[in-house]
Amino acid sequence: MAYSDKVIDHYSNPRNVGTLDKSKKTVGTGLVGAPECGDVMRLQIEVDEATNTITDAKFKTFGCGSAIASSSLATEWLKGKTVDEALAIDNMEIVEELALPPVKIHCSVLAEDAIKSAINDYRVKNGLPALELEKSHH
Amino acid sequence: MLKLPIYLDNNATTPLDPRVLDAMIPFFTEVYGNAASRNHPFGWAAEEAVDYAREQIAQLIHCDPKEIIFTSGATESDNLAIKGVFEMYAQKGNHVITATTEHKAVLDTCKHIEKLGGRVTYLPVNEQGLISLEELEAAMTPETILVTIMYGNNETGTIQPIQEIAKIAHKHGALFMTDGTQAVGKIPVDVIADGIDLMAFTAHKMYGPKGVGALYVRRKSPRVKVTAQMDGGGHERGMRSGTLNVPGIVGFGKACELARLEMAQDAERLSKLRDHLEKELLTLEESYVNGSVERRLPHVANISFKYVEGEGLMMGVKDLAVSSGSACTSASLEPSYVLKALGLSDDLAHSSLRFGLSRFTTDEQIEYAIGHVKEAVTKLREMSPLWEMHKEGIDLNSIEWAEH
Repeated sequence: MAYSDKVIDHYSNPRNVGTLDKSKKTVGTGLVGAPECGDVMRLQIEVDEATNTITDAKFKTFGCGSAIASSSLATEWLKGKTVDEALAIDNMEIVEELALPPVKIHCSVLAEDAIKSAINDYRVKNGLPALELEKSHH
Repeated sequence: MLKLPIYLDNNATTPLDPRVLDAMIPFFTEVYGNAASRNHPFGWAAEEAVDYAREQIAQLIHCDPKEIIFTSGATESDNLAIKGVFEMYAQKGNHVITATTEHKAVLDTCKHIEKLGGRVTYLPVNEQGLISLEELEAAMTPETILVTIMYGNNETGTIQPIQEIAKIAHKHGALFMTDGTQAVGKIPVDVIADGIDLMAFTAHKMYGPKGVGALYVRRKSPRVKVTAQMDGGGHERGMRSGTLNVPGIVGFGKACELARLEMAQDAERLSKLRDHLEKELLTLEESYVNGSVERRLPHVANISFKYVEGEGLMMGVKDLAVSSGSACTSASLEPSYVLKALGLSDDLAHSSLRFGLSRFTTDEQIEYAIGHVKEAVTKLREMSPLWEMHKEGIDLNSIEWAEH
């Protein structure tokens, strides 16, 4: 399968690969996917409590090039956004930006799930109720 | 100068040997007759070329030239053998025995005859990919008409105990068929010594052209017959109608002749090269050989690199043309059924690469491949949350993964 230039760019030069201290109250961690399905994403955000803004984002992904690119792109988009803005990121925006083919849409869904899961982890750590998330369908 | 990408997917198909092409060329433009035209020199010349190719092929597998039925390839040969035996021997029985690691051309053909009222036993394999002779023996019934077990596996290279399997089939009055696609031309295959009654094989896995294959059908002790699956002019002793692909057949013949003459030296060189590749790649932590190391085709290596995903890895080794056990490209996300049959977990099956070497693979190419794979695996592991967890001593099975 031919990958788009943007997927190749994120795969070759992934942004924000790494690990944040998940024990910190200001860090939210989302771990989604499953090894037997061939993709696992871990996405982490660090939130500035005063402004409710995401100051840092890191990822590690086990998966195909599109999964790696989707999570790399997500971390780029997350930095500087408020938590509410981050929640509004839709997987189809990732699909469009990376020009993912239909068989790779699940990678973008996984990235959206990872964002929401990280935000929920942050919320729960800070005494906020977890948000009801739309049940993913991949 | 090393040309990239490097082709290491020779189990999928091999390049055409230039000597094969040279043999074929006149049969496109000069000797273009129909081998079935018996009434003029154009037809005679084509028939003569086909007969010569039949001899070249027969010599390689130690059979009589008349026992070679030309087809379009191994898939057609598998279909013709299994469906043809099922129809021809319907009065004797309806039971076929095969294995779970067979090629789809065999498995799906078996599924087809099940729909027609046949009964099929799919034998499991051990972690090396070998069937159990005891289980085969136990599965034999008076209704068993055919045992079909491949010679060497396309994904792992594992070589089944063909002679022993044939003996068990014959002891119970069944025919023995083998899909010899990956083995013929790579290791000595002798239909007499091995006790093979039917064998599917193809030109393009042994430096011949695509689109031409053969089915070996034994003529003596026992005389085997298959019901034709293609009706028409009654070519190939009535078993396979259709105008013969003369240039293809000439190329197939030449490829078999070259294989017969050069197989021993090719196999020796390639197994050394393969072993070197494998030894180097196994220096990476958490990497494993899939299939049998002792009973294996000389040109194949299948290795899983735990904690990296196969398709991501394929993208990382973009300078190599290899194959992965991950089927992430299809919507199903199902990893290789062959590797799963060996007992590999889904994640290890997803993390595998298959290397297939050829007569044209050089030392320099393998050296490059080693460095390239090591670099990609290392880079992807640095990016892999599973690798990080593994390094922290977390048991991945203890985690409740979200289903998707």
